[in-house]
This record gives sequence, structure tokens and C-alpha cells, in this order.
Amino acid sequence: MNWITNYVRPRINSIFSRRETPENLWQKCDECGTMLFHRELADNLNVCTACGHHMAITPRARFAALFDGGIFTEVKVPEPKADPLQFRDQKKYPERMKAAQKSTGEKEAMLVATGEIGRTPIVAAAQDFSFMGGSMGMYVGNAIIAAAQEAVKLKRPLILFSAAGGARMQEGILSLMQMPRTTVAVEMVKEAGLPYIVVLTHPTTGGVTASYAMLGDVQIAEPNALICFAGPRVIEQTIREKLPEGFQRAEYLLDHGMLDRVTKRTQMRDELISITRMLLGLSPAVKGELPAPPPAEPQAPEAPAAETQPARPKA
Amino acid sequence: MTQYLDFEKPLAEIEGKAEELRALARRNEEMDVDDEAKALDAKAAKMLQDLYRGLTPWRKCQVARHPDRPHCRDYIEALFNEYTPLAGDRNFADDHAVMGGLARFNDRPVMVIGHEKGNDTKSRIERNFGMARPEGYRKAVRLMDMAHRFGLPVITLVDTPGAYPGKGAEERGQSEAIARATGMCLKIGVPLVSVVIGEGGSGGAVAFATANRVAMLEHSIYSVISPEGCASILWKDAEKMREAAEALRLTAQDLKKLGVIDRIIPEPTGGAHRDRKKTISAVGAAIDGMLQDLKGLKPRQLITDRRQKFLDMGQKGLAA
Repeated sequence: MNWITNYVRPRINSIFSRRETPENLWQKCDECGTMLFHRELADNLNVCTACGHHMAITPRARFAALFDGGIFTEVKVPEPKADPLQFRDQKKYPERMKAAQKSTGEKEAMLVATGEIGRTPIVAAAQDFSFMGGSMGMYVGNAIIAAAQEAVKLKRPLILFSAAGGARMQEGILSLMQMPRTTVAVEMVKEAGLPYIVVLTHPTTGGVTASYAMLGDVQIAEPNALICFAGPRVIEQTIREKLPEGFQRAEYLLDHGMLDRVTKRTQMRDELISITRMLLGLSPAVKGELPAPPPAEPQAPEAPAAETQPARPKA
Repeated sequence: MTQYLDFEKPLAEIEGKAEELRALARRNEEMDVDDEAKALDAKAAKMLQDLYRGLTPWRKCQVARHPDRPHCRDYIEALFNEYTPLAGDRNFADDHAVMGGLARFNDRPVMVIGHEKGNDTKSRIERNFGMARPEGYRKAVRLMDMAHRFGLPVITLVDTPGAYPGKGAEERGQSEAIARATGMCLKIGVPLVSVVIGEGGSGGAVAFATANRVAMLEHSIYSVISPEGCASILWKDAEKMREAAEALRLTAQDLKKLGVIDRIIPEPTGGAHRDRKKTISAVGAAIDGMLQDLKGLKPRQLITDRRQKFLDMGQKGLAA
């Protein structure tokens, strides 16, 4: 050991270790400001243990908590043509994509999976607001179509968790065309006589609300989620008056007849199990946390792209 | 009197000069200004042609929004007989931003539905500048459903800045209304053809234009967001609408290349408002052509055709 290792290494180490600790262990609630221990928060599905505020949750963490034993199989989504318009604003679209992929570790803004909830086989899709605002472009459209096709093929209900700022402007008119495309997908599920349940999470706005997110047989929202077509700022600019308290929030929509229910995230799973089983005419389910379903009966190997994912640590 | 757009200023000057000369000559009989005025006319005609040959996307937006552009009502009056407006959503109100009803197109009974912007201050306010509320979309759903049950083709004329962003509109379920209208477009077993005659503004346009065949007038636009809105979000500066209009690819020409629309209806030199009659009859011919395309298709085929068209969309890219 010489003076360099003695002197330099500890300093380098201290720089790295300093960065590790404080950020990850505690998270501040955006609403009440309480410092929450990360593990406790994750166990409570990112719902503040102090005030009940629902913070964002990644699709993977949501699925890990939703599916029996945290086991789900990802459904492959057909890859659309990348950057079809060669769009650039202050940044190039592919650069924005790369940045989003890096920060989320996901390929795009929607995750589709199959699995069981309370031993009820379902197909689920969840939108990722942290990926470019969850915006709906061709990939998200393809994901919803893939989810619908999977549901029809397997004769399973489709449960969709929405979260998006709206259409992805960087795909221009092609993002707008996802409104009719996803509506076709919803129609396919409905025509097959299968339940389509939408869980609206904070925020769900714009073209997403005006297509698949408002067409569920049952419409459930998480508490205080912002759900609208035009955002409150746009409306205030148009009508030049202050909007009422709670305007466009889940409870307000429930009052105005736009939703069936507002349900806490921690109770969502049981409720979804209950509703899907009743709609499918099945017997009541065993509730509570269930272990992973037994491995599927031996059959033809799944499509090579689908892979079984064990539950990951909750993000 | 022609209303000139900002980029037409040099043209306005020349046409103004020609007009002045003629006025002078009318007062003063000895003066012979014929040749001079004619030369100015020719110059103006040339300039108009040049201006409109290579309109930038932003200029197209301006032309698409021109106040003198023929609107839905003008098309209905000129192209349809026995137009019988049908009103109301049977729920809350009748939305005047959306007009529609039974009519005959080339003697054939049809259902015609469209956004109407209005053409003077009073009618613009009454029509809410073509921005529909949920009632408008629900009226359209009702009419489309009726058309479906009686086997009438549906013709929609799209001309809206977008769905109305208002308090009541939100409370009464603007997004749900749009989603249901798009859904109804996809469900009806009758031919559905659509023409974007001015502005195809976002979800408010999709709710009517999810059709078997979609045509656009040469200088109309169809976009996920207005260039101003896009500029203020992505450039953080609403004044960057020229750049945004460019990036969004919202012109009829771009949309045709992307396979989003089926045909482009040429406009007279200088835009639809400079020869309304000619524009209207060109739109009539296009509607007729699109209906002919769908002739003989059974209800189920029409539905499948429409769905497949949208499912396939986006497979084609746009060369730079």
C-alpha cells in the first residue's frame, strides 16, 4: 500500500458513498411533506402512510403487487416505426426517447402483461407517466391493440391502468390516429363479450381520456387523480375565471357521473378481483395475497419473445 | 371585400392600386387606365400564384382559418337538397357548433354532420367558433346511429379548432363524448366519408373523421394540437408556431404521404375563399367519388374496412 491508495481511495469512496444514502432511503410526500421510509412506502404501493396521498407507481411495481405472487408474463408489443416524422423541437425526438429510456429503464410508456389476480386470469396494461408523460404514440397504441388481441385470444378480461398527459406531439397526426386505433381495440374486447375495466390514475388527460380511458365497462379512479380532456390551466385561460376546488379530480368526476368508483390503490386489487369475477360469472375468490399460480400445464412453448418475469423490487 | 392574410400584403397593395386606378378612371372619363390596370392585374395574378404554390405549413394554417373560407353551412346549402336539420342530444342541449340532419346528396338520402364556425360575430358566438361541447358529439352519435339503422350513408365535414375547453364541457364529460363518437364512427354499418374543409383540430376532429374515406382540401390542416399550443409546450414560446407547424406535419400533402388521408381536393389559386363556388363543387365531386369507392360493400365489410384502415395506420413513414 502506498500513499496514493491511502490518500486517494478513501476520498473517492466517500464521494460515492455520500451520493448513495440520503436520496434513496427517504422520500418526501408531495402532498403533506412527511418523510417516508422507502421500504414502507413501497409496501404501501407508494401511497403516503401519513396522509393517504397517491404518488406515482411504475407499471412494473404495480403489476408486482397486482398479480398473484407478483408473477406476470410480459406480452410482446409490435415495434412501430421509430420517429416517423423526424420530429425536432428544441431537442430531437430520438434524443428525448433515449433520455426517457435511460431514466425509466423501460422501452416505452406502456407495459402489457398476462397473469392471475385472485386466481382469475387477466390481461393487464399499465401506462407509465414517468416515460415522456405517459404520452400515447404509436407504441402505446400498439400495446393496447396487443393487449386487446391477447385478451380476446385467451378469453380474459382486460384491465387497463391509464396515466398520460395525452397524445405524443412528436408523432404528430400519427399519435392522434391512436384515438381511433385504440377505440378499435376496445371494441374487439367488448365484441368478444369480455370485461374491459379502466383504472384511471393521476393524471389522465387529453386524447387518452378521449379514447380508450373513458370506454370501460367499469370506470374506477384512484383518489384525487386529475382526469380531464382540457387541463385546468387551458380552461382558466379560456373562461378567465377561477375553477372550483377539486375541479377535474376523481371525486369531482364521480359526483358528475363520469366514473363508477373512486378506490384507494391499496384496495384496488381486491376490488378488481371481485368485479371481474362477478362479470365473468365466477365464484367468489380467495382474497388476500396469493402465492404465484402453479406453473402452466405443459403446452406448446410460448412465443419466444414472452418471458416470465419474477417480481422486481418495487420502484 | 377580400380579407388579406399577413403574407398577402404585397398582393393587397397591387390589387389596391389597380382598384384605385379604376376608381379614378370612373370619375374622369378622358383617362385611359385600362392597360395599366390590366398590367397590375396580371402582376397580382402572378403573385397570387407564386404565393400559393409553395405555402409553408404555417401559412396553410392561416388559409385554413380564413374567415371567408366556405364553411359547413355553405357546403350543405350548395351540395345537398331537402336538408332537414335535426337538433339536440336528448340529454342536455342542442350544440350549435355542430350541425347535422337528413338530406339528399345526388338524390340519395344521407345523413350529413359537420362543425360550423359561423361567418360573422353574432353567428360565430352562437356557433362557439366551431368548438363543440359534449352535446355536439352526442348529437352526432345519435344521428350516426339513426343513419346506421336506416342504412343512410354518413357524410361528415370537419372544421374545428378543437373541442371546447370549458368548465361545463368538462363536467358533462367532454372526453367521454368524444370517445363515444369515435366509437360510433367505427361501429356503423353504412358508408362513412369525411372531408376536412378547414381545420381538423385534434380529438374534436377525430370524433367525426374516423371514416372509411377521408379527404382534405388542399390548404386545410389536420393535427394533434394547434401549432400555437405545440409551440408553447415544446418550445415554451407560443410565437414559435411556424416551427411547430413545420414539425407537426399537419398539411394535407404530408398526411396523404403518411397514409392518414385518402385524397386531396385541389383548391382554386389563392385558396378556397377566392372561388367558393368552384371549391364547393370540387368537394361535392370528391364526396361522390368516395361514396362510389364504397359502393356495393355490405355493412360488415364497411365496418371491417374502417377498422382495418386505422389498425394498419402508421406502417408507412414519411420521407424527409
